[in-house]
Amino acid sequence: MDRRESMKTMLVGSLAGGLVIGCTPEEEATEQVATPVKSDAYGRTEEEKLRDELLHEAEFFTEAEVGTIATLCDLILPATDNFGSATDAEVPEFIAFIAKDITEHQLPLRGGLMWLNHRAIKKFSHTFDECTLAQQTELLDEIAYPDKATPEVAQGVAFFNRMRNLTLTGYYTSKMGIEELGYKGNRPNVWDGVPDDVLKEHGMAYDEDWLAKCIDQKTRDVMAEWDDDGNLLT
Amino acid sequence: MHIIESSKEYDVIIVGSGAGGGMSAKVLAESGLSVAIVEAGPFFDPTDPAQMTQLKWPYESPRRGASSTRAFGDFDAAYGGWEIDGEPYTRAEGTEFDWFRSHMLGGRTNHWGRISLRFGPKDFKRKDIDGLGDNWPIGYDDVKPYYDKVDKLIGVFGSKENLDNEPDGFFLPVPKPRLHELYYVKAARKAGVTVIPSRLSILTKRVNKDRGICFYCSQCSRSCSAKADFSSSSALVFPAQKTGQADLFVNSIVREVITNDEGRATGISYVNKEDRQEYQLKGKTVVLAASACSSARILLNSKSSQHPNGLGNSSGIVGKYLHDSTGSSRAAFVPELMNRKVSYNEDGVGGLHVYSPWWLDNKQLDFPRGYHIEVWGGMGMPSYGTGFGITEMNKLVGGQTGGYGNKLRDDVKRFYGSIMGVSGRGESVAQKDNYCEIDPNVVDEWGIPVLRFHYKWTDYERLQAKHMQDTFEEVFHEMGATPLGDAPGKDKDYGLAAPGRIIHEVGTTRMGNDAKTSVTNKNQQLHEVDNVFVVDGGPFVSQADKNPTWTILALSWKTSDYIIDQFKKQNIT
Repeated sequence: MDRRESMKTMLVGSLAGGLVIGCTPEEEATEQVATPVKSDAYGRTEEEKLRDELLHEAEFFTEAEVGTIATLCDLILPATDNFGSATDAEVPEFIAFIAKDITEHQLPLRGGLMWLNHRAIKKFSHTFDECTLAQQTELLDEIAYPDKATPEVAQGVAFFNRMRNLTLTGYYTSKMGIEELGYKGNRPNVWDGVPDDVLKEHGMAYDEDWLAKCIDQKTRDVMAEWDDDGNLLT
Repeated sequence: MHIIESSKEYDVIIVGSGAGGGMSAKVLAESGLSVAIVEAGPFFDPTDPAQMTQLKWPYESPRRGASSTRAFGDFDAAYGGWEIDGEPYTRAEGTEFDWFRSHMLGGRTNHWGRISLRFGPKDFKRKDIDGLGDNWPIGYDDVKPYYDKVDKLIGVFGSKENLDNEPDGFFLPVPKPRLHELYYVKAARKAGVTVIPSRLSILTKRVNKDRGICFYCSQCSRSCSAKADFSSSSALVFPAQKTGQADLFVNSIVREVITNDEGRATGISYVNKEDRQEYQLKGKTVVLAASACSSARILLNSKSSQHPNGLGNSSGIVGKYLHDSTGSSRAAFVPELMNRKVSYNEDGVGGLHVYSPWWLDNKQLDFPRGYHIEVWGGMGMPSYGTGFGITEMNKLVGGQTGGYGNKLRDDVKRFYGSIMGVSGRGESVAQKDNYCEIDPNVVDEWGIPVLRFHYKWTDYERLQAKHMQDTFEEVFHEMGATPLGDAPGKDKDYGLAAPGRIIHEVGTTRMGNDAKTSVTNKNQQLHEVDNVFVVDGGPFVSQADKNPTWTILALSWKTSDYIIDQFKKQNIT
């Protein structure tokens, strides 16, 4: 038994709890979480596993279609100094999967790619992928701004809205995107209110009355006991 | 095919392992009675890494958590949903009802919102107040001792408020509000709307040695591996099994209650989904806890010469008075929550830290029953749908919609955490004409006749939803927030969700003192068959503007004590 274990044993039921032991509430919260399993397991039932397998094995888009999707993804989210592009975050792979999973994406994406290529050929005599960056930009400028677009390209606008949505969702649900967004959760924590600097910035404060009802996190590991009127004693 | 009979006779057979069944299993097994728990779905343990979804990242799902196979997304713990392959239900023409079923150990308690509100004294006696519907045959004082016991056993955080009709309990301390909730508190108070800390069955403190303490990942809908939320599996069924008195039958869908020549129950029959064979279990008592509609279905399908209309249904009341909570919601953009500091982890507990209990007197209003308001928002974990339509937000701040390139990165980040929403959840008036019955033409893949629903909202609910929407706009106005989209008007029933959508359906085996107008008595015992009980939401006479789970738990415990007493008195042998 190490020192901390023996301290813990000695302090069972004591009000001092985690503080005397010298580990933070965050560390204690982390300790009680089960060991994560391999990353491809995400709690699927047998039916769901089978469905995933079949989807992974199937192909919907052609190689050429995936190529154009990748081109579009990186025009929508190119790399920055600090973060990678949509293709760096494997967004085209996500889109290829989601079209098989949510089949209502299939026709609008396939047809939309054809629409775009047709537009590109009409204007520049090349498919979209074969166009120069300047030509691609010109084609996107027609369909990327719903409020300014002409009725002539309305179908292209609908297609590009969908591509933009899927690219953003694919990117900001990736590891890279979540890091860029700055989301700090999905890990054991001990919530103790909005930090003071943030409260101050928003001109907010906690009422004393309200705070009196809140958990004192130093006592979180102490067994709850009440008197007969429901007043918490611990 | 022949029916395979068990040799063992159980003291009690419990059908279903959700809140009602789990509580009954624990109380009865601990009293020394032998118990069989029969669950339609698979075994589920929130601590099993193979079943766990808690603390998974969106990118661990190839669909980033989209709702392709689970109604509330890949990481939601509820198996099943609005539609289940091979197990249909139907709706009468011109009516609507959406039925959410979760077939798994623990049922819907694995994913529910943990909002744990006691019914107040008025909630049991609404007819005395507005003349509509019926009073319960019991009152708050009958249930209070059990609410107290449930609070202490399972754990619920909340605060003593001494409000009329919102009884206080044995509470754990509450978590501090998040930033968007502080905005709500301030605005609601300005609008004259009461706001107090929420009351959720999540452990902010330890209540026993078997369950852990909340570590604030906000993922109670994924069922907690630390057992710090109330899920029937971890808080009730596993303790019941520990006694050695409870046998668990999973993947077993109950067809009917078997009765003898005297019309009393002798057991149940079920289909084992794995071998598709039909089995029978013998029991001295049958406790139905399959969910309000599933229990009604079992009763209606249990026809015999003694019970030609279905078990306990000479009154014709089984399935009648089906009612769900009302729901209407609105979201808004809060300009002051743009460009937020993302320096901290804002997850908190699963769900709201603050809420508004019903604060008005219906005598002054044009609708009879109240509602409460739930609050949502914050800097949550991204999932499928994040970023959809984000450039549209620019319209609200005079900017350009659409576009591509790295300006989109700024859009996503500037608006992150700036949207919050409010949802009203109210009491509907139970109607005899809203009901489920057996569809004469349709069976499920197990050969069991399915339910057909008849349900229509009335103006009581529509006018309540209108009031919700007006209140939401007022609160958003006080907040300086811009409501998103158009307010749903009369043509859209003021945003009133379809019946069933709030997943609080109750009332199908309602309790009462008169066997002609009710199915169960105040002990949740069938008037006609003294060894059959119903401990899910079925016996509710009216559902209040509270979530039903805490009352299901309290009444299930109360009924279980009654059953134990009946065994002691040898009224059941």
